[in-house]
Amino acid sequence: MDSPGHRGDTFRLDGEEVPFAPGETVLEAATRAGRHVPHLCWAPGFAPHGSCRVCLVKVGTRTVAACSTRAAPGLEVTLADEALTAQRKSVLQMLFVEGNHFCPSCEKSGHCRLQASAYADGIEGPHFEEFYPDRPLDASHPDLLLDFNRCILCGLCVRASRQIDGKAVFALGGHGIGSHLVVNSTTGRLADSDVHPDDAAVGICPVGVILKKRQGFAVPIGQRRYDLAPISAEARPDEDAP
Amino acid sequence: MTTLPAAEADTELATVLAQHGADRHALLQVLIALQDRLGWLPRRTLAALADALALPLAEVEGVAGFYRFLHLQPVGRWRLLFSDNVTDRQAGSRELMALLCERLRVKPGARRDDGRVSVDATSCIGLADQGPSLLVNHRQVVTRLGAGRIERIAELVEADTPLHQWPAEWSRVDDVVQRADVLLGPAPAPGEALRAALARGAEATLAELQASRLRGRGGAGYPTAQKWAACRATAAAGRIVVCNADEGEPGTFKDRTLLRHHAHALFDGMGIAAFVLGAQRGFVYLRGEYRWLLDDLQAVLAERRRLGLLGSAILGQAGFDFDIAIHLGAGAYVCGEESALIESLEGHRGVPRIRPPFPAERGYLGLPTVVNNVETFCAVAHIVRHGGSWWADIGTAQSTGTKIHSVSGDCERPGLYEYPFGTRIGRLLEDCGARDTQAVQVGGPSGSCISAFEFGRKLAFEDVPTAGAFMVFDRSRDLFEVARGFADFFAHESCGFCTPCRVGTELVLRRLGKLAGGAGSRHDIDVLFELDRLLHASTHCGLGATACNPLRDTILKFRPAYEQHLQSLHFAPGFDLDAELSTARALTGRDDAAAHFER
Repeated sequence: MDSPGHRGDTFRLDGEEVPFAPGETVLEAATRAGRHVPHLCWAPGFAPHGSCRVCLVKVGTRTVAACSTRAAPGLEVTLADEALTAQRKSVLQMLFVEGNHFCPSCEKSGHCRLQASAYADGIEGPHFEEFYPDRPLDASHPDLLLDFNRCILCGLCVRASRQIDGKAVFALGGHGIGSHLVVNSTTGRLADSDVHPDDAAVGICPVGVILKKRQGFAVPIGQRRYDLAPISAEARPDEDAP
Repeated sequence: MTTLPAAEADTELATVLAQHGADRHALLQVLIALQDRLGWLPRRTLAALADALALPLAEVEGVAGFYRFLHLQPVGRWRLLFSDNVTDRQAGSRELMALLCERLRVKPGARRDDGRVSVDATSCIGLADQGPSLLVNHRQVVTRLGAGRIERIAELVEADTPLHQWPAEWSRVDDVVQRADVLLGPAPAPGEALRAALARGAEATLAELQASRLRGRGGAGYPTAQKWAACRATAAAGRIVVCNADEGEPGTFKDRTLLRHHAHALFDGMGIAAFVLGAQRGFVYLRGEYRWLLDDLQAVLAERRRLGLLGSAILGQAGFDFDIAIHLGAGAYVCGEESALIESLEGHRGVPRIRPPFPAERGYLGLPTVVNNVETFCAVAHIVRHGGSWWADIGTAQSTGTKIHSVSGDCERPGLYEYPFGTRIGRLLEDCGARDTQAVQVGGPSGSCISAFEFGRKLAFEDVPTAGAFMVFDRSRDLFEVARGFADFFAHESCGFCTPCRVGTELVLRRLGKLAGGAGSRHDIDVLFELDRLLHASTHCGLGATACNPLRDTILKFRPAYEQHLQSLHFAPGFDLDAELSTARALTGRDDAAAHFER
């Protein structure tokens, strides 16, 4: 673990010192220090979003999202806590029942952060009743497929498209349980948008919504990223994402 | 029918843009104005609007799709929205809506095939004291609905009788002040409070406010002077004053009356804030449901400009320049949360921001912004006239001054009651003529459900805090159904941004539906408790955090109301075999006994 620096400020995560730079969030600093705090709607280099609520931690007696909490000197942050783990499991299970997640048939299985997070927390079933929403695919694009059944509304594609690709291929639409991803084109179909298969927005999807066509199962099941090591082993997530 | 020829839609768009300017931050106002003219928001027009504002179409679509009152699909030329508060339901709103749907041969939520009409339910429209009520075409209300009125409405709609020819009596809204104190008492002359502030000076005015220990009336109870001081202390190119007139908490209607009869006090309060903060721009965020108040409020603003109470060099004071614009909401309860409100003012989806930074430091367009409730600004106007210690002497030490309560439900005299803070709940029940009261929902669904043994408790931040709703339920009411109505409300109003609120409010609603259907078990009650704890701890904003309050209160205090709905006190599966066969029955066209699962 990083040595508690005399040169910079630190906070404590489960009792261990974590150094941070001014302005960093708890999640950013912890990730940089090689500590795994489960999360889905954030990736290094992005501003906090705060929507998935998977990165719940305790600061004192308050439960907060690590992604949207500024690191401060001497902050006592708890992640390893039975109640927190139970709550995080419930949040993950909510994401599962809200969409249609059939891992065995999903191309992203083994590369999926939602699936890997669920495994890491020992989730064995949905717990809540499934909603089985009706969400048609968008297979209009010659090289890409959108399977909205798996969308967790993390907004990473929306932000990556703007921030990295300099486009605006995606946006969030609707409200409440009807919230959904919107594609920016006159028809609303991906084929008519200015997306490119090499866009960061395509690669950043943590689940199996944005998929490249004709590349199915290039890496065999069993040899995929989270088949080989649990998500918690990631020192720096997303750097070598598939 | 509802689709205009493309050329005409383009003309309307040009007109609206000429009025509002091709300003990205006017997006929501432009969408509202466009829909006003077109009836709905066709994709083609959204694309043209996106071009004009140099925005991605997806973003325009995302904003439009966020607001319940904006329609991306054709709706009826007549749009009739029944207020769906629990008190409305108890007064028969659901049956009345069914009756109207039957008469008009339309399904709830759907557009009639000829495009003439759609009928639906909407969250409380702020008329709980004279419900059941409905909203016509987002711009006129019909109060005190009964079967007779419904029959006549159906006829008028079928005859396409223009709204202004409907009986005026139907749209009569009474502002019944049952008990007035400072705020609902005689209105001071326009500008009187503002003059008093100018005479005192900015520092001294803020000091009076500090001395008054006034706390925000919107629910959270944050000290007003502290908010202002933080805003004032933040260096900035400009500061913003916002009045939160998004009175969306079901059962609340006090701001409606303040906006109608005490608008000068409100605008004086905003002017005082501008004077203290050095702000030049002010906004009133008026909920879409109160659109029918807009013209009168604009007239009051115009009058104030004539009186030199708005504009440049207000009351002759060089450098005191301030004006107020009214922005409309479009059916989103979450926009009552101040950072969501600011997002909406900026023309975005009304999703609450990550805080800190708080609006007082970084609010509208990044500028330090004070957001206060209508009642708070009115209180400011009175405090500045009479002094901080005068106000602090009213109420309790921690909750100074008076508070207006919107009383509805099972009582003889619904209406507005203004009392000093610290008044007993029982006193209010006596005064409003409530009999055989089982429970009171104080502060609306996000507040607390108070049972008979607690009627000695006090209405105050330190005991039973309230944003102003006071819904009375007598012993004939099923509190399980009350809680279910509120669960419906929260699921309907969740903005959808964060997982636990988006999914959790829906899970609660479904679970209660299971209980209501007689298929519940004790396990379901455990799951409801679990969801309550989760939402409290994990949501992005207060909407989700409080969404289970009525549920938790009623399970704890009125458990028999739940247990009567349980099929068994032991586990029963959520899976209904017979229901699972329904698709097969539909496909085979069978509905005989053998096509049903034998219980």
